[in-house]
Amino acid sequence: MDKKTLVIGVIGADVHAVGIRILDYAFQDAGFNVVNLGVMVSQEEFIAAAVETNADAIVVSSLYGHGELDVRGLRDKCVEAGIGDIPIYIGGNIVVGKQPFDKVEERFLAMGLSRAFPPGSTPETAIEYLKKDLGIGQ
Amino acid sequence: MAKVTLLTDFGSTYTKLTAVDLDSERTVGFARVPTTVRTGLPDGLSDGLSELKKQGVTTIAARLACSSAAGGLKMAVSGLMPELTVEAARRAALGAGAKVWRVYSHELTRADIAELNAAPPDIFLLTGGTDGGNKANILKNAGMLSRHAARPFPVVLAGNRAAADEAADLLRAFSPVVCPNVMPTLGVLAAEPVQAAIRTIFLKHIVRAKGLQDVASELNAPLIPTPSAVLAGMTLLADGTDARPGLGGIAGVDIGGATTDVYSICRGEPSEANITLRGLPEPYAKRTVEGDIGLRFSCRGIVSAAGEADIMRHSGLSAEALQTGLSQRENDPGWLAAAGSDLQLDKTLAYFALAIALRRHAGQLESVYTPLGQTFVQTGKDLRPLRHVLLTGGPLIAWHDAGALLAAALRDSGSSLLPRSPAVLVDRGYRFSALGLLATWQPDIALRMMLKEFSYE
Repeated sequence: MDKKTLVIGVIGADVHAVGIRILDYAFQDAGFNVVNLGVMVSQEEFIAAAVETNADAIVVSSLYGHGELDVRGLRDKCVEAGIGDIPIYIGGNIVVGKQPFDKVEERFLAMGLSRAFPPGSTPETAIEYLKKDLGIGQ
Repeated sequence: MAKVTLLTDFGSTYTKLTAVDLDSERTVGFARVPTTVRTGLPDGLSDGLSELKKQGVTTIAARLACSSAAGGLKMAVSGLMPELTVEAARRAALGAGAKVWRVYSHELTRADIAELNAAPPDIFLLTGGTDGGNKANILKNAGMLSRHAARPFPVVLAGNRAAADEAADLLRAFSPVVCPNVMPTLGVLAAEPVQAAIRTIFLKHIVRAKGLQDVASELNAPLIPTPSAVLAGMTLLADGTDARPGLGGIAGVDIGGATTDVYSICRGEPSEANITLRGLPEPYAKRTVEGDIGLRFSCRGIVSAAGEADIMRHSGLSAEALQTGLSQRENDPGWLAAAGSDLQLDKTLAYFALAIALRRHAGQLESVYTPLGQTFVQTGKDLRPLRHVLLTGGPLIAWHDAGALLAAALRDSGSSLLPRSPAVLVDRGYRFSALGLLATWQPDIALRMMLKEFSYE
């Protein structure tokens, strides 16, 4: 079976380089083809990479609290680029301070993201959802 | 006479013949004759040879040649995303010495194909998708070409390998050369296989189509596009050989009448910590061509890029005098500025040409403020540590203040990663393409001759 391709990266001006490497290994280990864009990735770079590699999902990491600003408009741009249906995940410390996560999730889903993960989520959780959303192993 | 090697550069206007004695490692003859595209290149060549005979060059032991005659190697490239496969394809073609005439991203339209039909390229480089990535784009474009191109032209296919067979089938009438992907995985530039294919097609088809076969059959090495010879020479000058080290990282600028070529041989990676590198990896030997920057045919390109006010202030010319000067340069590409305000305008144009072309070639460093403090993002090559810049071509090499012009052009670099304080080498005798040719054949001799021929400013 063809491997599913994930485009992953740390969005915005965020330079946290470790978490994204851990995700890279974990996703590869789980059988995904991973395109890791590294840190300080713009929305446009995520989209260009997803189009060129025909990616099955975009996984955005954000650890510095500004994820909410950084992903605003990402879904619209995907629609514009012809990949409007692609699943987009986000995880990390995606908002400033301690906020009830159900409210946070609601805001991210309203922005067109497919799934948002609270701080402390493990790679396994994301893998589980990816398998479900991409129809792997069914 | 000892073993004389003839190095011929068939230019679009002039054919330059350089006779080199490999034993004494000296230039023993030089002739410049008009390139005879209409009556066949051998005509001009024999004029040049009789000129060399007058200089005492009678027996020739070996011949090498490069050519940018009859329009050079005109290429069109296409890919999917502008900053990814399109940019990779463009860089691969430039590095192969091509004149990149059209760059297409996403899907080819009928208007694009009409453009190709009106002036078919020598080679079309069709790319798109990483391996296993997007297939639809390259297949769509292959289909567009096969359906709407009036006549087949040589095609190099270097896209998603999963789509290669199907695309080749669609393009059967073009007998495409299928290559490994120019961008096999995201962010990886695999230029060499594409460049090898371009060289093969250049030798097989283009040389014949441009009437170069009589010349090519007498050579001791394959005829190559002139920019490839220059890149080979620059690389040798930087890297050296086993016998002798080179000068290390180097940049070169060739300001012509119609275009300005910039070369850099270096990794160009961030030179300090706290810098994040973004964008496609840069080729070690990088060439860019500015089609709107030149001292004659393209002089108005310099004015529109620099702004008329700055040109007037720098040259001290009135608006009227400037317009007269520009028209003169456009209409007569062979015109030489002798003195006074004519020379002043040429120097102003050369200063801005250097400043603009080098800034377009060099990388950029932007400072970004993040919640974690200030950090820097580099795109492109960092040329700051380069210790040498070579000036070759154009009227510049005859001026004694060429080095000062370059130093001025490098000042106020802003966010551009320009060489900080390089030594300036000037190719006074305009030997660069000839010695670049020799570099492909006798690198040790070529390197010693380059170090002897180029003078420090």
